[in-house]
Amino acid sequence: MIDYSEKIKEISKRLLEEGRVDIVIGFKKGTVPMMNEPCLVKSSGEVEKFVWDSNCGINLANYLTGRNEKTGIVAKGCDSRNIVTHIIENKIKREQLYIIGVPCKGMIDKHRVAAMFDGEIKVVDEKDAKIIIKGENFEKTLDKESILQSNCSICIHRNPVLNDELVADPVEEQRDVDRYEDVRKIETMKPQEKWQYFEDMLKPCIRCYACRNACPLCYCPTCFVDEHRPQWVGKSQDPTDLRTFHFLRAYHCAGRCTDCGACERACPVGIPVRQFTKKLEKDCLELFNWEAGMSLDVRPPLDTFRPDDPDDFIK
Amino acid sequence: MKIFKVDKQDWVAGVEKLFTAYRLVGPVNEGQFHNFKKLNKGELPDFNFLNTRLSAKSLVHSQTEAMFEYSLDENKENHHIMVDVKKDYSSQAVIGIRPCDAKAFLLVKRNFDTSQYRDPYWIRAYESLTLVGLACHNPCSSCFCTTSGCGPFHEEGLDVLLVDTDDYYLAKILTDKGKNFLIASGWDTETDADGGDQKIEIMKKAAEEKITVLINTDKLKAKETIALYDAEFWEEVAFSCINCGTCTYVCPTCWCFDIQDETRGKSGIRMRNWDSCMFPLFTLHGSGHNPRGKKVQRVRQRFMHKLKYYVEKYDNGIQCVGCGRCVNLCPVNIDIRRVCELMNAYDPQLECPA
Ligand code: SF4
Ligand code: SF4
Ligand code: SF4
Ligand code: SF4
Repeated sequence: MIDYSEKIKEISKRLLEEGRVDIVIGFKKGTVPMMNEPCLVKSSGEVEKFVWDSNCGINLANYLTGRNEKTGIVAKGCDSRNIVTHIIENKIKREQLYIIGVPCKGMIDKHRVAAMFDGEIKVVDEKDAKIIIKGENFEKTLDKESILQSNCSICIHRNPVLNDELVADPVEEQRDVDRYEDVRKIETMKPQEKWQYFEDMLKPCIRCYACRNACPLCYCPTCFVDEHRPQWVGKSQDPTDLRTFHFLRAYHCAGRCTDCGACERACPVGIPVRQFTKKLEKDCLELFNWEAGMSLDVRPPLDTFRPDDPDDFIK
Repeated sequence: MKIFKVDKQDWVAGVEKLFTAYRLVGPVNEGQFHNFKKLNKGELPDFNFLNTRLSAKSLVHSQTEAMFEYSLDENKENHHIMVDVKKDYSSQAVIGIRPCDAKAFLLVKRNFDTSQYRDPYWIRAYESLTLVGLACHNPCSSCFCTTSGCGPFHEEGLDVLLVDTDDYYLAKILTDKGKNFLIASGWDTETDADGGDQKIEIMKKAAEEKITVLINTDKLKAKETIALYDAEFWEEVAFSCINCGTCTYVCPTCWCFDIQDETRGKSGIRMRNWDSCMFPLFTLHGSGHNPRGKKVQRVRQRFMHKLKYYVEKYDNGIQCVGCGRCVNLCPVNIDIRRVCELMNAYDPQLECPA
């Protein structure tokens, strides 16, 4: 990872010095274990800030909204797919961007790791494919693969799909991954069971909207839950309003979600919100053979009509 | 005040007894973390936690609270009149609250219970509480309570301080409420013969020494408000913020709320919900104008409120007890300790030499 960091600094420095870009968006080292902070660099003197390791789970495409400078952006596989989505949704122009692609081997699931230990985790280091976790009275070395964010362990697009330069050779993509085991399990539930499953899942939600705001797709100037004239959704902890928020948000991501996992990573109470978006992602794949953010040249299924679109669901 | 020794063998029986005198609340393991929950008979507070994920503030200021109810049905008596919603304000004991959360209530009280205004909902709920604190022997590395007017054994705001000595608990009574709690539990029989006070002092020192992150707040008050407001660093601080409400929702001292009416059919309620200066609707005027329409303005509001406006208004420290929740839970790692340092050290002269 050290070489990734060095390479990111080197490329950023060059781009800024040559005037190819005005700013570069990347990560800087966090102040607590398993956290890095997105940061913006304006001059080559500041590039030393940049780091790359297994704690860069936030999706940087989220920071492109509203930018009008020539922008360099560090992008792992999923970020690059969300950048593609931003481009085809006319949020930003391809020419405005210089994409520094990072072949990715997954990000650590900080929620899961924290829950594995009784005491506080003070330091998390990584070396090759091992993660070393230290607390006051314990030290444990784990295989990185065993503590990946669940979206990373089933990721099949680890290499940036769109980039101007890669920081390293592409990594091997994971093959024969069963991406939808959990969704299928829910699909087989009876309606009442499903209802209960989602009720239990949403119970701890405090409606902080971190999941929505961490999502690069949620760039609407006014989200439907914040609309107040007319007010579509109540603002309290009423379960109906809570469900409405989650269900509708998921639908707004249909055919656009890249399963980057930023939402789950951001949630302060560990709600697996991808359970909603993944179902829609699976439907898009099965119905339209569509994976979001893979190409600049194909329009997404939800903004095109083709005579052969499946319509079996219309009874 | 008196210190009692509570044998761990008497713990279960004592808690059992308390159910007859109080509604009990305590930390409960919810899977990945602990939160405060009402305890049912037979349940015990679970002390195997560092701090609860959410603070204790919802015990006094719940995220959604009905204040009034009304009917629009003209056949009903009192139609079109807002009527107080009946609530249970009987005595409630919180067993295992951390000193920071207890102190946080006092910081909020300065705003909710003033000589001019008294928030009836907040005050009634707060007064119904008996706060039985659990001293921290192992503060987290994100805790900075000792420099935020609090500490791992801090007593202010508590009625009883419980100190776990491994073999038994020491219970230090701090108020009359605390005394009644100990009587109700039956733990008031055995005074600690061999200097409980000294033992507590030693453990307190050891715990305080474990806190290595210190913040400086000494210069905040004297800073010129406008200069701080206009400081260049806000853009940089705010860059990564995604304007979720996590930091303010998990904070024990954030108090903002928004009032809403909800009507269904012919009946309705007027309620208040937590609000957050991070949200786009916060301070949105009826005209459509919002003085804090941009992210950087929202982020600045949060820190200026906690570390400058509050400091100036009450002249009694910052609006933060150093619990570290926002530091740990911010999805993008915006760290109030760093921002506090930037604010405290800010010197406009240095920033823009004439
Ligand atoms: S981040 Fe988590 S708690 Fe916050 S609104 Fe989303 S699901 Fe709810
Ligand atoms: S501002 Fe952060 S550290 Fe301070 S009391 Fe609130 S949550 Fe705790
Ligand atoms: S204005 Fe912001 S920082 Fe201040 S109490 Fe309200 S939510 Fe908290
Ligand atoms: S939790 Fe972090 S990202 Fe969310 S509003 Fe607070 S500072 Fe911003």
